Amino acid sequence: MTRSIENESRRRFLQGATGLTLALYFPWAMARNPESGGTQAARFEPNAFLRIGEDNSVTVVSKHLEMGQGTYTGLATIVAEELDAAWSQVRVESAPADNSRYNNLQWGPMQGTGGSSAIANSWEQLRHAGASARAMLVAAAAQRWQVPAQEIAVAGGVLTHAASGRQASFGELASAAAEQAVPEQVELKQPADFKLIGQPLRRKDSAAKTNGSAVYTQDIHLPGMLTAVVAHPPRLGGVVASVDAKPAMAIDGVTDVVQIPSGVAVLARDTWTAKRGRDALDIKWDESAAIRLNSEQAFERFRQLAASPGAVARQDGDAETALAGAEQLLEAEYDFPYLAHAAMEPMNCVIRLAEGRCEAWYGAQIQTRDQAQLAALFGLEPEQVSIHTLYAGGSFGRRASTSSDYIVETAHIVKAIDGRAPVKLVWLREDDMQAGSYRPMFHHRLRAGLDGQSMLVAWQHRLVGQSIAAGTGSDAGGGVDPSSVEGAANLPYAIPNMLVDLHTPTDIGVPVLWWRAVGSTHTAFSTECFIDELAQATGRDPVAWRLAMLQEHPRHAGVLKLAAEQAGWDTPLAPGRDGERRGRGVAVHEAFNSYVAQVAEVTVQSDGSYRVDRVVCAVDCGIAINPDVIRAQVEGSVGFALSAAMSEAITFTDGKVDQSNFHNYTPLRIADMPRVEVHILPSAAAPTGIGEPPVPPLAPALVNALAAATGKRIRRLPIGDQLAG
Amino acid sequence: MITLNINGQEMPVEASPETPLLWVLRDTLQLTGTKYGCGMSLCGACTVHMDGKAVRSCVTPVSAAADAKIQTIEGVGEGAAGKAVQQAWEQLDVVQCGYCQSGQIMSAVALLEDNRVPSDADIDEAMGGNVCRCATYVRIRAAIHEAAKSLA
Repeated sequence: MTRSIENESRRRFLQGATGLTLALYFPWAMARNPESGGTQAARFEPNAFLRIGEDNSVTVVSKHLEMGQGTYTGLATIVAEELDAAWSQVRVESAPADNSRYNNLQWGPMQGTGGSSAIANSWEQLRHAGASARAMLVAAAAQRWQVPAQEIAVAGGVLTHAASGRQASFGELASAAAEQAVPEQVELKQPADFKLIGQPLRRKDSAAKTNGSAVYTQDIHLPGMLTAVVAHPPRLGGVVASVDAKPAMAIDGVTDVVQIPSGVAVLARDTWTAKRGRDALDIKWDESAAIRLNSEQAFERFRQLAASPGAVARQDGDAETALAGAEQLLEAEYDFPYLAHAAMEPMNCVIRLAEGRCEAWYGAQIQTRDQAQLAALFGLEPEQVSIHTLYAGGSFGRRASTSSDYIVETAHIVKAIDGRAPVKLVWLREDDMQAGSYRPMFHHRLRAGLDGQSMLVAWQHRLVGQSIAAGTGSDAGGGVDPSSVEGAANLPYAIPNMLVDLHTPTDIGVPVLWWRAVGSTHTAFSTECFIDELAQATGRDPVAWRLAMLQEHPRHAGVLKLAAEQAGWDTPLAPGRDGERRGRGVAVHEAFNSYVAQVAEVTVQSDGSYRVDRVVCAVDCGIAINPDVIRAQVEGSVGFALSAAMSEAITFTDGKVDQSNFHNYTPLRIADMPRVEVHILPSAAAPTGIGEPPVPPLAPALVNALAAATGKRIRRLPIGDQLAG
Repeated sequence: MITLNINGQEMPVEASPETPLLWVLRDTLQLTGTKYGCGMSLCGACTVHMDGKAVRSCVTPVSAAADAKIQTIEGVGEGAAGKAVQQAWEQLDVVQCGYCQSGQIMSAVALLEDNRVPSDADIDEAMGGNVCRCATYVRIRAAIHEAAKSLA
């Protein structure tokens, strides 16, 4: 019973035994961050990443969630490349939850998607998967045709033996290939021989997402399924004191009202009825343990904390002494609000309990963690929990919940009705917006010391903010959550004396979470704005000065140069019309081993309103698997980051979240979307991610541009109407 | 019992008159291409056509739809503009997460039915009610121009 997931999926593969099933076994090394020098323990893991049907279809099994970032397309391209398949014959399906085969190799024994790691951790693994399958097809053809394997060519899903004029499709050879031994070693292609990698192949999910047939969690309807809408406490930390369920139960179609740890759930035959039932509930809340947070007071407290030293994240030389001896001292403070992910598809989950098994359908981002939580809750083994990973209508980090919050909530509801029906939990937009799990608010204080020649000799960067990793088992200890200081502790500029330290308040009570690009969403802003302020104070060109301090960091310098060139940095910006002020700003940042520089151009009106006209981006993410998907991610990241920079903030008043829907948490709309130009640096390095790295540079490039146009330095996000008046 | 005309088909449904059309489409008829995003006509994910006009089905009571010809993403490809828009969307790979795209496409088709040569400003105005958190706006704009070109 405990092996049933694996058996089931094997059975499914064998049913496809109309064709070739390849269970590939090969060694892989623990993926390493080249800068951190991590472990490299070689192990053997079984993996199953593709199957070829007699119908000539090539199905690539994606271990990663497709939440919009083009993962299905990128992963399939890697397999198809080494397989020499035709792109048109390739389709993609989601892997089951199974951490014996589908681990994220950057995360150890954990299946999941995040940290822009999907392509990076799968690169070697999937190349081997494709190349092994190709070798078995070639061996099958050699056997059938009685010719030497090395005389067989493979291209576009067809094997050819030129001398005898024989040829066969993958489908024709699938069954015979399944009889071949899995090769112990395979030769991978040289980049010069790539046919699919580097091409702007069309996305595999475009058609279904264009005609309405793509299936998201919201779209699941199981026989007998009930839909649940939940009343959550108005203040985080509140619990139910009493509930009068009668008004809800009186509504035709409402079947159950159940109390769960996170509130009260109303179950009904459909979503609208469940919502009406939820709205009809009369609940008294016990708020004795609820938070009473006020955002402004919290910022005030963060500022006080920033007056004293924190836990050290980086120390080079002696920053305090160098600051004390500096000719010129500059200081700046930056504030960042909580941010909601606000994915277009509010969080939701479908769970069915039957015959000692749990089945879940949703856009699963960290399958292994969710599986463990569900198993614990239902008293099952993890293997008895199946997860069907569906398309996710956005995530931006939200579905990588460290507590699996909405998934566990669904399970509690199923449990409360003794599993008698499958349940779809639907969070309404307001639930999604007010449930916590925000990008943490942060306060940064930076101080810099310049010597008599205006050389930057000291840098002190103090951060104050909640830890995301604390309590998840993934924090590094020592009081410094790496995700709080990433982008700050590894500042690339050559500065002899540097101190980066951190305060991590633990009594705030607001759940915080990864938000697209995580720590770099604030560290790129404070560091790249402060560098710009220093350049301005010393009369230096912001690009030339950065380059001078990046001599040890050629990849940072590479994208910075390219963006500056393409933006025409050395030629003056065309002037605006009467009353308009124009400006150009730059920022460069590395996140998740990808390097991005952006130059933003803005026009500011006399009333302080502004628009971003153009953003020129240069990216170095190693080998570009699909340059068009990369461009799309950069374009989208610019819009996503611009949205936050211009107007997004989650604020608290007396413990209540002030925002509830898109009228007061205002996402970017099409009229504010700038022109985006994307330039990809040619590279032979292994590919890294692109889902997050283009987010961080946008806000500092924009604010530096606004400063160039107006002379006013924005040090608090969002920008809002700070330029007015 | 209310009878709806959806994508050219008469469909009788049991629903109280104030139920938003969105939930009748999605939960009763299981036409799930039309999406829920906000419930307040703020994001446009639920956009459908009623007698050729783009409306937000999340705030349209089903009773108000009873005498109208309703078109959803499942049927929009039957028309020339719908087909052109869907083709342009695929050709330019507009989608990312895809969740808002049914609504984006319905708004784009309604625009092109009215205006075969929309300017960027026309596009910004017609599409301003549709939110895309993946910010695929650059390609939405380009795909509408592309569809307009193919319809010319």
